[in-house]
Amino acid sequence: MNPVEVQNLTVAYQKKPVLKNVSFTVPEGKLIGIIGPNGAGKSTLIKAVLGMIPKATGEVRVYDKLYRAKERVVGYVPQRGSVDWDFPTNALDVVLMGRYGHIGWFKRPGKKDKELALNCLEKVGMQEYATRQISQLSGGQQQRVFLARALAQDAKIYFMDEPFVGVDAATERAIIELLNELKQQGKTVLVVHHDLQTVKDYFDHVILLNINVIAEGPTEDTFTLKNLHQTYGGTLAFLEKGDILVGQK
Amino acid sequence: MSYEAWILIVGSLAGICCGITGCFLILRRLAMLADAISHTVLLGMVLAFLISQSLNGFYMLIGAAAIGVLTAVFVQLLHSSGIQEDASIGVVFTFLFAVGVILLSLYADHVHLDVDHALMGEITFVPWDLVKWGFLPELPKAFLMLTTVLIINLLIIILFYKELKITSFDPQMAAAIGVPVLLIHYILMGMVSMTTVASFDSVGAILVVAMLIAPGASAYLLTDKLNIMLIMSALLGVAAAIIGYYLASWLDVSISGSMATVNGVIFAIFFFFAPHKGVLSKRWSQRKLKLT
Repeated sequence: MNPVEVQNLTVAYQKKPVLKNVSFTVPEGKLIGIIGPNGAGKSTLIKAVLGMIPKATGEVRVYDKLYRAKERVVGYVPQRGSVDWDFPTNALDVVLMGRYGHIGWFKRPGKKDKELALNCLEKVGMQEYATRQISQLSGGQQQRVFLARALAQDAKIYFMDEPFVGVDAATERAIIELLNELKQQGKTVLVVHHDLQTVKDYFDHVILLNINVIAEGPTEDTFTLKNLHQTYGGTLAFLEKGDILVGQK
Repeated sequence: MSYEAWILIVGSLAGICCGITGCFLILRRLAMLADAISHTVLLGMVLAFLISQSLNGFYMLIGAAAIGVLTAVFVQLLHSSGIQEDASIGVVFTFLFAVGVILLSLYADHVHLDVDHALMGEITFVPWDLVKWGFLPELPKAFLMLTTVLIINLLIIILFYKELKITSFDPQMAAAIGVPVLLIHYILMGMVSMTTVASFDSVGAILVVAMLIAPGASAYLLTDKLNIMLIMSALLGVAAAIIGYYLASWLDVSISGSMATVNGVIFAIFFFFAPHKGVLSKRWSQRKLKLT
């Protein structure tokens, strides 16, 4: 049983498709990078898979069942810039939001939820900032809070939208350690990623996306110069860099 | 109860109802949508009157809530089909309001439901506009309506606190964990509509926007916690009503105008002098940074 199976997914905002006939299968217990240029539809892919935006066509199966948000097997980390960090709340409170799906209607987070949330903050090295107003945190710390919130969701599959953007080197290392830890626990993690230099170090499996899926498979076989050419088109500056990145076989 | 006491009570109730609802409008950046709804509910009230042939407050609340939510739905539809949000609000708002004005001038000309009254309100007459509901003694209509709406608002906020909070902070995440984001949005818009109508008699459609937005905006400058922001916003709404009343009777001016003005003055004070988020405090800490 594959954790995620996408078939013939097409998404269009206006008339022009943002994603066209996207199909792929995600293997269990792997770290998967979703790679592609700006406007390739990476974030849209996550949102469509999670049912946050309407699909024109296509089907998403999670563990062989048509996906519904209520089943809580999927955790989500949105882009850090997508929320208002001036919102009147603190770090612990944001992490507790990860429990909301489990708590159910009309109930408040209890003592156990709070303990679990604190525990998740500790895992990302943020326990001392629990009561800190979120606007008082640095970009890296905010990203860690988002990650802690995803951990609190206690999901089997995680979707993360650019978790490495705008974070310091220490946070980047902490995040990748955490992702590996999740993998060890048998969880499947899909990450929208920008920095081509780190792809080979970070991911077991990649999906190269540019409106269609250009290639997908184990990083070794898939993250090749030829596939990158196809994904990124004629971006010359990149190609020179790409030579160094991918290395000639 | 004395004339003065009724005005103070009704003004304070409006202050609480508007204050707590307004907090969510500010956090969701929906102040302009609230402005729109405060006008389009006129259509709801006229329709309620035409259908029920009475000025019963209960029908007015339902009519207003329905049209208020409809306003939000139309704005959402236009916006999601590619029209800018402010343009969507502008078109829907003026259209529904205009239909309300036309219906009013066509059918309801001879009853006490005039545009002037709906827009400006007149809290001065509130103590004499009595109705009898069920086993209760005769009470001012505005008092009964505001109490009803306050109970509904409090129930919604208490029951859906988590959902209101997460959909305000991170609607994407909320959608991803299966919270019905749009439904919560429409529930909130229903709250705004009912709050507006219940406050109409006292402060009118234009000034109700001041009571919705100003206390929440002030409270936002004073705290880092949502629950405290809600409480402070309610308290500031009450303070503005009470200070506004006494100011009006001292200067012999419009009571509702005075209440709205005090709301603005309170906001201005906190805008400059709030402990951490005020302009002066920010300047001060920047200067301290420069010196060190």
